[in-house]
Amino acid sequence: MKRFWAWAAIGVAAVYFFLPLLGMLEFSLKMRRGEYSLDAYASVLGDPQFQASFGYSVIMAGLTIVFGVLIVVPTVFWVRLKLPRLRPVMEFVTLLPLVIPPIVIVFGYVRLFNTSSWLPLTGSALGTDFLLLCGYAVLSLPYMYRAVDTGLAAIDLRTLTEAAQSLGAGWITVLARVILPNVLVAVLSGAFLTFAIVIGEYVFAALLDRPAFGPYLVWAGGNKAYEPAALAVMTFALTWGCMALIQAVTRFSKHTRMPR
Amino acid sequence: MAYLDLSALEKSYGANHVVKSFDLGIEQGEFVSLLGPSGCGKTTVLRMVAGFETPSAGAIRIGGQEVTHLRPNQRNIGMVFQAYALFPNLTVAQNVGFGLKIAGLPSREIALRVADMLELIGLPEMGSRYPFQLSGGQQQRVALARALAPRPRVLLLDEPLSALDAKIRVSLRAEIRDIQRKLGITTIFVTHDQEEALSMSDRVVVMNGGRAEQVGAPFEVYNQPKTRFVANFVGTLNALEAIVTDPGAGKVTIQGQPLRLPQAVQAQAGAVLTLALRPEAVHLHGDGDISLPARIAELQFMGSVIRVNAEHAMGVIKLDLFNKPDTPPPAVGEDIALRFWAKDLIALD
Repeated sequence: MKRFWAWAAIGVAAVYFFLPLLGMLEFSLKMRRGEYSLDAYASVLGDPQFQASFGYSVIMAGLTIVFGVLIVVPTVFWVRLKLPRLRPVMEFVTLLPLVIPPIVIVFGYVRLFNTSSWLPLTGSALGTDFLLLCGYAVLSLPYMYRAVDTGLAAIDLRTLTEAAQSLGAGWITVLARVILPNVLVAVLSGAFLTFAIVIGEYVFAALLDRPAFGPYLVWAGGNKAYEPAALAVMTFALTWGCMALIQAVTRFSKHTRMPR
Repeated sequence: MAYLDLSALEKSYGANHVVKSFDLGIEQGEFVSLLGPSGCGKTTVLRMVAGFETPSAGAIRIGGQEVTHLRPNQRNIGMVFQAYALFPNLTVAQNVGFGLKIAGLPSREIALRVADMLELIGLPEMGSRYPFQLSGGQQQRVALARALAPRPRVLLLDEPLSALDAKIRVSLRAEIRDIQRKLGITTIFVTHDQEEALSMSDRVVVMNGGRAEQVGAPFEVYNQPKTRFVANFVGTLNALEAIVTDPGAGKVTIQGQPLRLPQAVQAQAGAVLTLALRPEAVHLHGDGDISLPARIAELQFMGSVIRVNAEHAMGVIKLDLFNKPDTPPPAVGEDIALRFWAKDLIALD
């Protein structure tokens, strides 16, 4: 009896979650009257504005991942190795982006880096792109930090570092050749999450007036009928694809298997 | 000056003074063990030599060169860790060749050296395996090969056998010693296992409370302990109380039986002196300077040896008998006479 109620709860949750998605999927296929077709998807993929905004967001996501890895991995490594007492502070700082609304952060950026400030980043497209990159890095910080921190907790960081040092490796070699390859799965998890966040992000891109995918999604939602549903399905597919990749990387990473 | 010279080393963490006035000279090719209980400072000394800890005072010299403030990667010191510390993402061959690659050796030379090292540790076919595909003993051998591959000036072994099971531990310690002799590499071995230290080392440093209590060959440390701590920590010990009768002549009495020790006694006449006696120096048959009545309380069968706990007026005295299948051991409760020679007694400070 207990099992029945458990399955019933799962069933209700699945219906609650999947029914709207199925409805949206069905709607996205009904662009051609009287039959199912992929016209909405073809329309979206053929739209130059979609191509430009999606391409822009993909590049920004890639850069955010590189930027985030370069900042987070050495920082977490150093804190775990040399400053373990700072870990609670790190935990707190990396949680801040979850509690401070993005609109507050972006207004802060605009106030600090406007054209009349000492560092007028918003005065040029490149500067604003960099500001957006920093914003994305901040938004993804809680996920990247936790992914990397969990990865580093799973290896014997101190001993591996000391072993590499005793073999002549300097700090950069230790990080690049020993630590990073051994937390690659964790870093990739953080990277895929970052990718998913950046692709769908709206507030930063809209308020900094950059041609990203998020503002395009909102624009399409207000101006087209079937394409927004197709875009939503594609975005879901992309996000789930990222999650599947995390699983795949974890499963196929051969050196992370348990020792005999 | 010795090849590896540790002079007046000190290490403090705040008010906690973990290594105090530590001096040690190790000759080239020598195998020296740092032996002591947990927290005695032996690993801290090793880590200072490796460069992972900076001494609060003192100096470390290798081959006449001061290395006290050099970074670990500038010292050319090989180290083997208790937890193997093989790089999980690299194969065995890549692990062994790691230090050589860092040193910028040509790949052909790296391949040759790696093959030599794998041959040396008896795993020539394992180069393409990953660490998770090896047993604990194999992993530790690879760790040894990895540490030796760059031809370090000194090899440091930080309790490398502790994580292994008993049988592999015994065979691997013989292998390590054999490889060390073959390569003639100066080695410091840290352990809390006296059997390991005594069986492998040219010299043993017994440490306590951050200091070296005694430095000597295993035979000397075991048979002539200089302090009560060394006598207690290295091997098993019986403590007997004696009354000093003539300190200059080394005369004492044990349970009223007169005895002359091989050396003079640093105590006044009438003082109580503690004498140490190893279990293997006590016997049940034959002659002895002293014969004490006792009763067998317990027998512990330990394979080649039978440990007997005998109750005596001064407490329990332990003695070891060789296990001879044709001579059954005495029974529990049996009255016996414990015999030993005065020359086997060690006067403790």
